[in-house]
Amino acid sequence: MITIKDIEKSFGDSKVLKGISTVFETGKTNLIIGQSGSGKTVLLKSLLGIHTPDKGTISFDGRIYSELSDDDRRELRTEIGMVFQGSALFDSMTVEENIGFPLKMFTNKSDAEISERVNFVINRVQLINANQKKPSEISGGMQKRVAIARAIVNNPKYLFCDEPNSGLDPKTAIVIDNLIQEITAEYNITTVINTHDMNSVMEIGERIIFLKEGVLAWEGTKKDIFKTDNEAIVDFVYSSELFKKIRKAQNKGE
Amino acid sequence: MMLLRYLSQIGKYFLMIKEVFKKPTKWSAMRVLIFKEIDDLIIGSLGIVAFISFFVGGVVSIQTALNLTNPLIPKYLIGFATRQSVILEFAPTFISIIMAGKMGSFITSSIGSMRVTEQIDALEVMGVNSLNYLVFPKLIALLLYPFVIGISMFLGILGGWMAGVYGGFTSSDEFIQGLQTEFIPFHIAYAFIKTIIFALLLATIPSFHGYYMKGGALEVGKASTVAFVWTSVAIILTNYILTQLLLSK
Repeated sequence: MITIKDIEKSFGDSKVLKGISTVFETGKTNLIIGQSGSGKTVLLKSLLGIHTPDKGTISFDGRIYSELSDDDRRELRTEIGMVFQGSALFDSMTVEENIGFPLKMFTNKSDAEISERVNFVINRVQLINANQKKPSEISGGMQKRVAIARAIVNNPKYLFCDEPNSGLDPKTAIVIDNLIQEITAEYNITTVINTHDMNSVMEIGERIIFLKEGVLAWEGTKKDIFKTDNEAIVDFVYSSELFKKIRKAQNKGE
Repeated sequence: MMLLRYLSQIGKYFLMIKEVFKKPTKWSAMRVLIFKEIDDLIIGSLGIVAFISFFVGGVVSIQTALNLTNPLIPKYLIGFATRQSVILEFAPTFISIIMAGKMGSFITSSIGSMRVTEQIDALEVMGVNSLNYLVFPKLIALLLYPFVIGISMFLGILGGWMAGVYGGFTSSDEFIQGLQTEFIPFHIAYAFIKTIIFALLLATIPSFHGYYMKGGALEVGKASTVAFVWTSVAIILTNYILTQLLLSK
């Protein structure tokens, strides 16, 4: 579980996060949604330790990040898996080497043990015939699978995903969403996903926090979205005609 | 204002070097990286260094011969001038400036591309000291740079000998006599001291420009150009200072 309390972050005169407090629950897919410039990425980077909040605390299962020593922070980072927007796979390595990288760096496993674990996660994310290929030789969807495999190979407690569906076709995007949700439940991980893809919200939004201009404007589940009267989230989610119709139909059905 | 910006960049550069030596990467992974960098930076540079050294050595020899119009000046001066030019300046300094273009742009663009594609962020999020992971192997690989310069010296002089002898400008004996005339062993030490310092500059300045670049693919190209300019400037200034310190009496 990740608990954030009263997080504030400014860049120069611009205050990007204005006192956000929430809880990201374990074993669930926690989605951060909001318009571009709402502070989603800054919040995610603050959770990852890339940005240091000006005020407030971030606690990983009771461990307050700002109070940890350098060694403890390093230890904590080995418990984090991250799927970047552009996958961020290492160009010079094969798919297999990319996935095995965290194990090589942070464990004392033998080559045989690493290979066994890598093959296990490769099967888990259903990567077929790609072990010896370089990232540039595989499709965007496969790159995301490799990024997910790399993020989970070292059994992380926390999984962060920044726009995991960006650049993917809708069908592949759903496959990736479902994969993340399955892995979250299977390994009981605290997963935080930064997205503005409404399909993802409706597909895997077990817990959603909505940011507007640096403020937490709404939180709930995907089911709550259909019922809420919160204008900010309704405006955001139902900005398209299709979603307006879905909401209308959903409400009529009830 | 501009001066302050330069000073701040220089400060940032030295802080980066400090970070390179902090929190080392696991040796088993580092060893592989070092061998890869030796292959990319050292072995990959041998061809161009050999080619340039051989022909520039030849040109130095021919130009010296063509300028010796006075019959009273001995022909062995061709070998002498070739040796001095190649060992003192051409191999350590001129080759290093060429390497600032070749190795430097390779280093800046490879690290810059990693920055653009969030690969450096990925390393940091995993808990890897990205500066140690990326820059330290280059520094170690470039400890072999003096071997490249040694080969350059040999081929430069060989090129001079071939151009001088087979071009009919001097005899082999005269050229070799020139090579041996007033030979000061410290000049070799001076050349290699310079080379080691240049190697450190070649590894770190392009890495600095790649690591701290901001923007996209276009900026990677710009960063490579800027890195080449600043590496060349640093090499030329260091060359002047070292020459003043080591050779002036």
